[in-house]
Amino acid sequence: MATCRREFLLSFRRKSDLVNPLIFFLMVATLFPLGVSPEPGFLAQIAPGVVWVAALLATLLSMDALFRSDYEDGSLEQLLLSPQPLFIVVLAKVVAHWMMTGLALTIMAPLLGLMLFLPSEGMPGLMLSLLLGTPTLSLVGAIGAALTVGLKKGGVLISLLVLPLYIPVLIFGSSAVQAAVTGLPLGGYLALLGALLALALGLAPLAISAALRISISS
Amino acid sequence: MAEKKWMPRWFYQLASPRWCYEITGKLLPWFFAAAVVLLIGGAVWALLFAPADYQQGNSFRIIYLHVPSAILAQSAYMLMAVAGAVGLIWKMKVADMVLKSAAPIGASMAVLALATGAIWGKPTWGSWWVWDARLTSMLILFFLYLGVMALNSAIENESTAAQASAVLALVGLVNIPIIKYSVEWWNTLHQPATFKLTEKPAMPAEMWLPLLVMVIGFYCFFAVSLMQRLRNEIIWRERRTGWVRELLNKQ
Repeated sequence: MATCRREFLLSFRRKSDLVNPLIFFLMVATLFPLGVSPEPGFLAQIAPGVVWVAALLATLLSMDALFRSDYEDGSLEQLLLSPQPLFIVVLAKVVAHWMMTGLALTIMAPLLGLMLFLPSEGMPGLMLSLLLGTPTLSLVGAIGAALTVGLKKGGVLISLLVLPLYIPVLIFGSSAVQAAVTGLPLGGYLALLGALLALALGLAPLAISAALRISISS
Repeated sequence: MAEKKWMPRWFYQLASPRWCYEITGKLLPWFFAAAVVLLIGGAVWALLFAPADYQQGNSFRIIYLHVPSAILAQSAYMLMAVAGAVGLIWKMKVADMVLKSAAPIGASMAVLALATGAIWGKPTWGSWWVWDARLTSMLILFFLYLGVMALNSAIENESTAAQASAVLALVGLVNIPIIKYSVEWWNTLHQPATFKLTEKPAMPAEMWLPLLVMVIGFYCFFAVSLMQRLRNEIIWRERRTGWVRELLNKQ
């Protein structure tokens, strides 16, 4: 898709936007051993939650930029006017964004798991749950980004709007990792994450397009 | 117009701020009286005459505040979302105003439900707060209200603000069934719903009748405060129109 390709090109030309969420992800994870306790047993216990919270915050941080530059240079209006259905265009933008952040976070997650002494049995669970969960985070976050794109200071507002909606993903995601660590079957949690993703995939683009139209019209 | 009318006449009339202002003015005293009678009567009945619980003693009486406010917090959210949908579909100004007026009331109901639940939980469960599905989803509901309010106040253009918060309210609607069924889907500390439409309540009638009175009283109170806020909002937004000037000059 052309929109997808354009997004990739744009983000590769601005490498800092690409790398910043990942650095943030790493730094948040570093804060916990320093702030709470460096003891391996304790860290292993909180690791699933910490990695998930860090991934969630990193996604949230990158969300504001999703429509911002397009809005400022006017290409968002062109996208809205283009003959392609907005649903597809928006979906392409979000997918591209997810590949830059969510997928990268997923690939980086084992490193954080290692830093936090996550038992190696938990690693597949961590990767799988992030793989299924982060697209939902991107989709839901994009609704917040679309609603606030017309505002000067959208950053804090996005977190206020979107964080409550992130909580279910966080709960099932970290539970999946916990289950993997203790050797319990994690199929149920992954199925729930998948269900959330399916729901978001079907409905979020509708909400995003509606929100973009509202933001642009003002 | 040959176009088929889908909705009853009052629905279209509600779209007119002036008509809405007048009709709420007529309804307001009735709801106000009903709310006063039901709340005072229900509270006296519940606190003085209802029998004490055989296990929890008198501490259970807080449910007469807790249950109605929790029900109201969810109903107010549904009303807000429905108003948002109506506003998005039919572009009604009044629906936008309903959305804006309902959010703070719903948020305070959610706070009341959480606070009374915490006060009850301390002697009964032994802690103020438990991270259990019902409580957490109620907290999320409160956050959603805050989000709608924050978004509404952040956007300066009134109609854009209303539309944006309507989209957000509709997205947040996902949470309502989660709260409703959280006590049935997960094993939690929180007991199942007190009232069901299809079954008789598990408590004796002397206990649940005052509760029902309180719930209806809370609904009336909600209607009163919603109408008050709505009327303020209508007057404020329509302040440049002729009929509002006339109204203000008369006073």
